[in-house]
Amino acid sequence: MIPAAFEYYRPKDLSGVISILEEHGDDARVIAGGHSLIPMMKLRMADVPHLIDLQDIPGMSEITVTADAITIGAMTTQHDIIDHDGLATAAPILREAALQIADPQVRYMGTVGGNVANGDPGNDMPGLMQCLNATFTLVGPDGERTVPAREFYEAAYMTAREDEEILTAVTIPTPKGGYAYEKQKRKIGDYATAAAAVQIIKDGDTCTAASIAMTNLSDTPIWSEDAAAALVGTSLDSVALKAAVDAMLVDIDPSEDNRGPVAFKRHVAGVILTRAIERAWSRA
Amino acid sequence: MSKKMHISLTVNGKQEEFLAEPRELLIYTLRERLNITGPHIGCETSHCGACTVTIDGKSVKACTMFVAQADGADVTTIEGLGNPDSLHPLQEAFKEHHGLQCGYCTPGMITRAAKLLEENPNPTEDEIRFGMAGNLCRCTGYQNIVKSIRAAATEMNAAKEAAE
Repeated sequence: MIPAAFEYYRPKDLSGVISILEEHGDDARVIAGGHSLIPMMKLRMADVPHLIDLQDIPGMSEITVTADAITIGAMTTQHDIIDHDGLATAAPILREAALQIADPQVRYMGTVGGNVANGDPGNDMPGLMQCLNATFTLVGPDGERTVPAREFYEAAYMTAREDEEILTAVTIPTPKGGYAYEKQKRKIGDYATAAAAVQIIKDGDTCTAASIAMTNLSDTPIWSEDAAAALVGTSLDSVALKAAVDAMLVDIDPSEDNRGPVAFKRHVAGVILTRAIERAWSRA
Repeated sequence: MSKKMHISLTVNGKQEEFLAEPRELLIYTLRERLNITGPHIGCETSHCGACTVTIDGKSVKACTMFVAQADGADVTTIEGLGNPDSLHPLQEAFKEHHGLQCGYCTPGMITRAAKLLEENPNPTEDEIRFGMAGNLCRCTGYQNIVKSIRAAATEMNAAKEAAE
């Protein structure tokens, strides 16, 4: 498998990246870990005449944890997330999700920035970031702006990022309460048949707040406000659980592929969300 | 064809300098340019792990990295771990515990296992299975691979203690 030829750039700073993006428009792509882009280039499904490698840009792999917020540089790998003690304490759902992505070798290379910026509905981080109400930092010719994860995804591989912008960091309000990332996949390395990210806050025996997002069940991740609302004010009895699942099933729109027909995916989505809510509740 | 670029790599401690197209995949650089044929091409789609090498301290599938990305990197392959006169403890253990049958996946298995034991010198069976999940074997059913890695860990830990 030999990809089409390309010009290779390894700029030393962000302005160097942006000037190449400005010059070549959508003929240029940035590469982080490359574990989505390179397979597509090998299959010649992605045509990238100008490839910009981000590995020499300083400061893009930093993780900062404070009481209020967590900032993760775009070049942080899944392996870095799993390995980071501060993150494991402050936002254990990130580690739980990262451990379910791909396999060890891929996790050494695959980055948070690539996972959220690519716009592949199969990627796990976009739904997780919607659950956690993350914001993405984008840097372009006109400077820096932030976009909420919940407004970033427009369609499969279509996002709010402009061609000449680069996603540099993800910022998350430090999560509170119980958590779970639950994923059903056919085999190690596969994308989800269905996955659910859940955060729940409990006061006494009552759920006071919840956030729920689903992965690979539509052409974007689905943050289901109605599913979360169905839990708030309840003690998560079976009626509340069923109401949450029913609300989620209204919001998703899976399509048939080799992971199964639509009815099967809807069934799995319900099972996975129920498990995720129960696990998050048990940790709340 | 795009223009060639100057590449500088350290492979198994030896400095290599050459001109290559940036699109060349690292596994072809190793096998066809440098005649380092330990890393194998299995699936060539980032699944099977037969091409696993260590790059700057990470286990990487060499079929999913352009040589341009590896410019300046330090690469270790199975050839850098041991040789016929002095086998690595993992090579010894795979031989002893029948950790291979056809042998095709073995260089990738052992290269990955070496990194796993570096990060976790005393892994449980579950940790070995999880840490080796990026390497496929179609012969052994994995049982003896896990056994071999456990045995190598014990051996390496004993040797380390004896040295201290």
